[in-house]
Amino acid sequence: MSGIDFSVVWQAAPYLWAGLTFTLSLTVAAFLIGISVGTLLAIAQHLQVPVLAPLARIYVAVMRSIPLIMVLFWFFFLMPVVVGYVTGSPRPVPVGAHATAYITFGLFEAAYYCEIIRAGLRAVPRGQYEACRAMSMSPFLTYRLVILPQVLRAVGPIVLNQTIVLFQDTSLVYVLSLTDLLGAAAKMAQINGRLVEMYLAAALIYLVISTLASQIVTMLKRRSWR
Amino acid sequence: MMFRQTFLPVAVLAAIGLSSAAAAATLDKIKSTGTLTLGYRESSVPFSYLGADQKPVGLSIDLCAAVAEAVKAKLAMPGLKVAMTPVNASNRIPLIQNGTVDLECGSTTNTADRQKQVAFSVATFVSQPSWLTMAASGISDLAGLKGKTVVVTQGSLNYALAQKITKENNLDLVFVQAKDQAESLLMLRTGRAAGWFEDRILQAGLAASAPDPKAFKFLPGQFGGFDYYGLMFAKDDPDFKAVVDGAIRAQMASGAFAKLYEKWFTQPIPPNGQNLSLPMGEALRARVAAPSDALTP
Amino acid sequence: MFDLLFERAPDGRLYGEWLLSGLFWTLALAGLGWAIAFVVGVAVGVARTRAGGAAAVAARLYVELFRNIPLLVQLFLWYFVLPELLPAAAGTWLKQMPPPWGAFLPALLCLGFYTAARVAEQVRAGIEALPRGQGEAAAALGLSRATVFRRILLPQALRMIVPTLTSEVMNIYKNTSVALTIGVIELTAQARQISETTFQTFAAFGWATVIYLALALVAYQAMELVDRRLQIPGLQPARPAKLRARSLFARARSWFARARFVGAGERS
Repeated sequence: MSGIDFSVVWQAAPYLWAGLTFTLSLTVAAFLIGISVGTLLAIAQHLQVPVLAPLARIYVAVMRSIPLIMVLFWFFFLMPVVVGYVTGSPRPVPVGAHATAYITFGLFEAAYYCEIIRAGLRAVPRGQYEACRAMSMSPFLTYRLVILPQVLRAVGPIVLNQTIVLFQDTSLVYVLSLTDLLGAAAKMAQINGRLVEMYLAAALIYLVISTLASQIVTMLKRRSWR
Repeated sequence: MMFRQTFLPVAVLAAIGLSSAAAAATLDKIKSTGTLTLGYRESSVPFSYLGADQKPVGLSIDLCAAVAEAVKAKLAMPGLKVAMTPVNASNRIPLIQNGTVDLECGSTTNTADRQKQVAFSVATFVSQPSWLTMAASGISDLAGLKGKTVVVTQGSLNYALAQKITKENNLDLVFVQAKDQAESLLMLRTGRAAGWFEDRILQAGLAASAPDPKAFKFLPGQFGGFDYYGLMFAKDDPDFKAVVDGAIRAQMASGAFAKLYEKWFTQPIPPNGQNLSLPMGEALRARVAAPSDALTP
Repeated sequence: MFDLLFERAPDGRLYGEWLLSGLFWTLALAGLGWAIAFVVGVAVGVARTRAGGAAAVAARLYVELFRNIPLLVQLFLWYFVLPELLPAAAGTWLKQMPPPWGAFLPALLCLGFYTAARVAEQVRAGIEALPRGQGEAAAALGLSRATVFRRILLPQALRMIVPTLTSEVMNIYKNTSVALTIGVIELTAQARQISETTFQTFAAFGWATVIYLALALVAYQAMELVDRRLQIPGLQPARPAKLRARSLFARARSWFARARFVGAGERS
């Protein structure tokens, strides 16, 4: 294994591109699922809805206490059982590996988004809730029209930073042998034997995308504070 | 928070109870759903792996096709749907136990311990572990490995056997463990390990698809007993086992199995046209003559 | 599920012992990794607060580099790529290191330096949150730069960021599981091994999960204590008041009361 030759990276480019596409779509899907579920969990806790609020707290605490790899394993076992139960099917329903990955990352990140949004909810002055109530707004409208727009704006940069972390975390699907960007690089390295070049290329792609994204977040933060 | 989290072990226990209670009659289930679900592995060459168009191919896949025909005949359902689900080392057991997958078409070794959890068909392949080294290292026999670092795949059943070999031959081997077979080969190729102890067929499959197949060398000699591979399904279901075994026995009796074996082990196979060049061994020949799921010859 | 712990493995030990040995390596990685992360993180964090100069630029580069590459990719760089880039003798020495150190050392360095970048950002935030006057006053008293940091700024900044540091400790503890990909047989890897050998997948992963959870629970409680002990009265950033532990019943009652109130408003 002598001499570094980056031309092998060009030969692998289509394969890496396919991997990157999966990484990005996984990030977007997990973000959408995560932010929706996370917001609901946060509101359930904020309103102290009976049964739901403690369940949400347990869920968040558990998700934040065990390694993501462990969570991935569990979801891959349990998803067919849960989907079978939810859809009312008498038996477990097979769920494809990609779909499982989307849902797993979405639900895992939901715990983290939930904590961010909950902190934002607590920062809204009590007077606003009281004012809404005085104006006879339903809790749903209060949250949709008054509270959430402010909260999402305030915690926006933190949410985006968490999403950059999520983008990096998706590389762990490698453990389940899915072909994301890292998986593609690893499989090419096994085929062509150039692991130095392939891993360096993968690292560089992650570095460029994450750095660009964090620069954009910093810019947004400055603009919204002025 | 303290008292809340004590719920979790309970939830975990509940999930386990759920999974083990699901051993139902497979044939009834197939009949009522109209679907037979086969599990396949994505990189178990040449038993069950993704071919050129990302469709599963391999010896076990072909055998499962025969089983599917037998199931159709048994249930008198010519229109039975056959669904293919990818499985991996981590999820195949839960998926079989909870009934997601009816039959795993892979390369799983039948052991007494594993039979407590799942059931196996009659043996479809007989494997022996062997030592793979780099040709350039100049190691030509077991003694050449003395004092060296060797790799065993995590979770491989060969680990205990390798430890026994090093003890009996005073080899003082040092063991590292890689995440999967592909990574074991990588350990060997990058010089982190001087030898790799694994089922020979798995080594042959990976080495054949490496960029430099000639760079590897098998050490001569036999190390330890036979491993019998089988198709895997839920345990305590004699009716389903009879259908699966019956289909494989028929293949073996008619000579179709021998043809399938030649197709996958002695001829160029997809996706790259490599040839494993592994003619059928004595042990498997014996099993083809007298099919059985016994664990010893 | 309980039987599994006391079943004998092919190597003569009990599966419970496999899990314990996995736990040992998990804790070793987390503990030693944290030591590296703390020392490097404080140094880099201090350098980040300098207005200019090579140290500030280097510190910034360090943080960007280690924060923007996924942990798993960094691990592969340490393990597979670094030995190939070093001079042949050093690379071979790294690769031939006897197990488990050959995998443990790269995993340890990787986790330590990765977490250090995150610690550095917390340290910087802590120092920058202190009133500027403090450093200036200390400098006016004739204290050297090093002394100002060591005696005045760092002690306050570190105590202020204890809550975020403790969550980094939890992160490194969870991140140790990534090391299984290069062959460190820590807790998650042991669970996988047991599952492969016995096929009792649920029990194997169930036990590992219970161990992770139990330890995290203990750690959270301990950290709460540490947080409270080390708070600086008046300097602590406003932390949300903890929700009082109310009974489920009381909570339900107040929720219904509120809901009724809102409902009544709608009708009028």
